[in-house]
Amino acid sequence: MAKLNMVKALNLALLQEMERDSDVLVIGEDVGVDGGVFRCTEDLHRRFGGNRVIDSPLAEAGIIGASVGMALYGLKPICEIQFSGFAFQCFHQIENHVARYRQRSQGRFHCQIVVRMPYGGGVRALEHHSESEEQFYAHIPGLKMVIPSGPRSARALLVSAIRDPDPVIFFEAKALYHAAKEEVPDEIEAMPIGRAHVDREGKDLTLVTYGAMLRVCREAADVLRDEDGVETELIDLLTISPLDRETLVQSVSKTGRAVIVHEAPKSFGAGAEIAASIMEGAFLSLEAPIRRVTAYDVPFVGFAREKATVPDVARVLGAARETLAF
Amino acid sequence: MPRTRLEPQFAIEYLSILDSDGNLDTALEPELSGADLKRLYRAMLLGRRLDERMLRLQRQGRIGTFAPIKGQEASQLGSVFTLRPTDWMVPSFRETAAMLWRGWPIEKFLLFFAGYLEGGQPAPEQRDLPIAIPVATQLPHAVGLAYAIQYKGGDAVVMAYCGDGATSEGDFHEALNFAGVWHSPIVFVVQNNQWAISVPLKKQTHSRTIAQKALAYGFPGIQVDGNDVLAVYAASREAVERARAGGGPTLIECVTYRLGVHTTADDPTKYRSDEEVKAWERKDPLTRFVAYLEKKNLFEQGLEEQVDAEIARAVKAFEATAAADPLGMFDHAYGELPPHLQQERAELEARLRGAVARRADEEQPAPPPDPPPMRGQRRTSRWQN
Repeated sequence: MAKLNMVKALNLALLQEMERDSDVLVIGEDVGVDGGVFRCTEDLHRRFGGNRVIDSPLAEAGIIGASVGMALYGLKPICEIQFSGFAFQCFHQIENHVARYRQRSQGRFHCQIVVRMPYGGGVRALEHHSESEEQFYAHIPGLKMVIPSGPRSARALLVSAIRDPDPVIFFEAKALYHAAKEEVPDEIEAMPIGRAHVDREGKDLTLVTYGAMLRVCREAADVLRDEDGVETELIDLLTISPLDRETLVQSVSKTGRAVIVHEAPKSFGAGAEIAASIMEGAFLSLEAPIRRVTAYDVPFVGFAREKATVPDVARVLGAARETLAF
Repeated sequence: MPRTRLEPQFAIEYLSILDSDGNLDTALEPELSGADLKRLYRAMLLGRRLDERMLRLQRQGRIGTFAPIKGQEASQLGSVFTLRPTDWMVPSFRETAAMLWRGWPIEKFLLFFAGYLEGGQPAPEQRDLPIAIPVATQLPHAVGLAYAIQYKGGDAVVMAYCGDGATSEGDFHEALNFAGVWHSPIVFVVQNNQWAISVPLKKQTHSRTIAQKALAYGFPGIQVDGNDVLAVYAASREAVERARAGGGPTLIECVTYRLGVHTTADDPTKYRSDEEVKAWERKDPLTRFVAYLEKKNLFEQGLEEQVDAEIARAVKAFEATAAADPLGMFDHAYGELPPHLQQERAELEARLRGAVARRADEEQPAPPPDPPPMRGQRRTSRWQN
């Protein structure tokens, strides 16, 4: 057991899975000698060599497309896209092929591929370096969409993603890379994909979130407890797709109230699917309309205005109190 | 400082062995046994005859839209003939003759174009990728396959097909660039059939040849008479041997012509002249190869009837296929069906059993609507009007 930040925890998962299975390899821009621009693949090149830790040409469609070919042959590539904002240059490969190869070949081939990408704001970055695009991937049948919320879940979910026979889009919150450290077990730990985690139990309000917004929601839940005497049930989704509807419905059946928090813009975002799932499964338990706290529906605002659009504790509190007072 | 010329200077070869008038360059004539020559011709003929049969099946509404190959048989067979079964073949969507050669059963091929997912399933040991429709996107897959072969220490070679239009796509560039950097055992076969639907080559690229694009990626490119099966074979054999020996990728540009429509809903009279088509008909790859075989006393009488009978048997088997089981849509969406899909599957199953009440006007299912058009396809055509 060691206290690791998310970068080190991800690195540990990569290292241990590569040691375990020689078909696992890493490909991306600057992932080799440089160890990745966020250092997630540090030291892997030295340990496993350039054939397994591939510094690819600077071409996202090439990275994903070549990984498809490798996966069809039986390898298990882990692709790193340097920032999720650049993944539109390989979106066609992901949608047209990664997600569909099992279906198209009727099971003869499948893509055991993990596509890792840093996402989200809060790091004072330029355009295309701060966005949250999980909804695009969550909407594509054939893919799984995973977003860990801290070092331990990042490590354990990455292990599961690498072993999953289906393709997994794996978003890593940049804001969490060097944030709080957590105890991470030395021995390999895996967490099931498709299962949400109840971060804390409560009876008055369900707060649903994922990724970097978990810590915002934890803080809001603390304030609600201390100032309002409200017991919040905080759900950390961890997997966006397939969505753990059961946990959501169970929670809201108990609390009757739900607030959803995410960094991506509101319209047609993950919050809409979460809200619809709650409505379908817990309609008769609902005491108030489901609220969403999200970024506004505008393109990237520049980091000088970022704080005004990315959900913060005050906005979550506002929505929670309105929901509780309804 | 003066401007200097960089060495080496680049050149592109053009290879032709058997021209459209039947003239043979005996010095370049590849060593192919009589049996091989006969197999080659039979496969070309099968491709041609199936293409013609599929056009009729499509007009009759028995299959959906497909991309005919008429005129491109030599480009496909001359190249694919050089592969071993253990090599990999990566098609785009106009490689009927090459795919049949690689062992796709005709009836499975027809199923694919009749909208059955089952038609896209390669046999367990078959080293072929299924048809890829988004233009050029299959090329990076081919490079990844080649990388994996090297990674695992195999000696197989990958042959990947695309058309002239595909060379404008970003994925073409990325694939060739990766292949060059990785020195991959791969052969790119570009069937330059002069037309990307309605757009002629001169609007596709200002490059003198497509072959020369290879040079920028650091590997050889060659332009061949794509209607000359001997030239395509000779160039492909050289490229495959080089790739297998560790010599890296090759780009082969087969200069050919799409004698037919782009897809079955395309009307080429709108964008190209009859004279142009007639000129290319005189360069038909089958005609000149027949003349060559006749000179060698290798031409078999009655072959066309044999091939047609093979096609007829396959069409019969295809038409005897049971209707697609709707529940099959869930079989290969994921390795293991997630809960929400289990629910959707159960709902469909109940609906199929009639457990869920249907509206009265659903009792008589409406005839299926026209299939949606493929890329570049128009809704109407002269045959439908």
